[in-house]
Amino acid sequence: MQNEWIYIGLFLVIGIIVPIVPLAFARLVAPRKPNPIKQSTYECGMETVGESWVQFKAQYYIFALVFLVFDVETVFLFPWALTLKQLPLFVVLEGILFIGILVAGLVYAWRKGLLEWA
Amino acid sequence: MTFWNNPINFIADWLTGLLTGWHLPAALATILVYLIGIIVLVLFAMVLDIGLVWVERKVVARFQDRLGPNRIGPFGLIQPVADIIKMVIKEDITPDGADKVIYNIAPVLAATSVILLWAILPLASTIYGVDLNVGLLYIVAAGALGTLAIIMAGWSSNNKYALLGAFRMVANMISYEVPMVIILLVPTILANTMSIRGITEAQSGMWFGILSPLAFIIFLISAIAELGRAPFDLSEAESEIVAGFHIEYTGMKFGWFYAGELLHAFTFGGFMAILFFGGYGGFFGLEKLPGFTWLNFPLVQMLVFMAKAMFGYWVIMWIKYSMPRIRIDHMLAFNWKFLVPLALVVLVNTAVLNKVLAGLPNWGYVLGMFGSNILIGFVTIEILRAFGRRQRKLEENPTLQAQTQEQVS
Repeated sequence: MQNEWIYIGLFLVIGIIVPIVPLAFARLVAPRKPNPIKQSTYECGMETVGESWVQFKAQYYIFALVFLVFDVETVFLFPWALTLKQLPLFVVLEGILFIGILVAGLVYAWRKGLLEWA
Repeated sequence: MTFWNNPINFIADWLTGLLTGWHLPAALATILVYLIGIIVLVLFAMVLDIGLVWVERKVVARFQDRLGPNRIGPFGLIQPVADIIKMVIKEDITPDGADKVIYNIAPVLAATSVILLWAILPLASTIYGVDLNVGLLYIVAAGALGTLAIIMAGWSSNNKYALLGAFRMVANMISYEVPMVIILLVPTILANTMSIRGITEAQSGMWFGILSPLAFIIFLISAIAELGRAPFDLSEAESEIVAGFHIEYTGMKFGWFYAGELLHAFTFGGFMAILFFGGYGGFFGLEKLPGFTWLNFPLVQMLVFMAKAMFGYWVIMWIKYSMPRIRIDHMLAFNWKFLVPLALVVLVNTAVLNKVLAGLPNWGYVLGMFGSNILIGFVTIEILRAFGRRQRKLEENPTLQAQTQEQVS
């Protein structure tokens, strides 16, 4: 059990090192002749207008919120799904009640128009 | 235990014996053996990735009625190597306004998130990195790292196209993660475990793709969206935002985004095979018959797994090159108003039927599961048809349209 996570930890280390190796090698062999035009923001030859780091469309944020609610609640369903075989039918129905609450949240977001791209 | 029925453990035991023979402490020897195994596995994935570049380019060419790479080496097989050499010796440009640290971490993280998936991918019954008891959650977690890499790349580039691409990608990926996580519960219920190997073993008699075809279809759609491939490739929609989140990347940094995407697609082809088509096994009990026991050899199983994963990858490519890009509002509406409710219905159906049909003989169980899925699919299509009919009527009749709009407002 402990060994498994040591393995994952080692895997993470190797998984970070392997992509870095070609990048480091590229740093050694690739030419480096920077100039202001080359390093300007690439917008197909147009001059950049204004800041790039701007506040942008709240709609994305709202979807992120809806996602958060759903994802956290589905994680609670995993233990239920795992023990389903041992549980009596009554507990299975209770799990479905929980899914019902999830659906109620979805219907609420839908009725409120949060799922529309406005 | 011989090399032929358990090659990895055979070599690992031999190596551990060798290392402890040199008076290394046992714990250190174990970690060294782990490291060697991991390096071999990751290098295998990387070599496979080089092969996938060739496969992808060749298959696209055939879909588009071209020849594809055919100059370097037989059938153009050396082409990806030439590509890599070219990418490594290209100048690495960092735009002036970029957030340098995050800008440089993002491509590494994009590749790492994919490589991490290989830790739990069972290539055969005895060839796998590690068998986590929370394997399915691990897949979702590693996928979330990829999302993080994309928003980091998009934000740090200091480019409006990149930012737009990253926003779209994140909205897309987090939305489609919901039906995916819900649908991952279906194999969990059917196999009664979250371990990837456990799920594969549970399918030795019957594939989950047959027990629950709808779950497979939902998983396929949300997997393609997670990968950010066409028709869900808004993040890099070439015709609108040039290259999306990786617009400013050059050389090998761009190479990692590209290679990561290909390997990710193949890995998801593999997960499709594992979760719904029996992975390295799933011969419907054939392997137990005399004369077919050779199917149990790890190298044969690995071949079977690779073939299934490659088929899954090919299906993903097929969809990619046959479908037009979907608009973002349609894409999110399709997810939240169609896929999520459908996934919940499939989940409830599986949970209840798994309980109710448990007493039946095997054929009754399979027939009940399959039949209920077909029924749900049929009802879904009918509902969609009715909805489409109503929409068309509204469009044909402007007065009715005005009335409904009044009602809504």
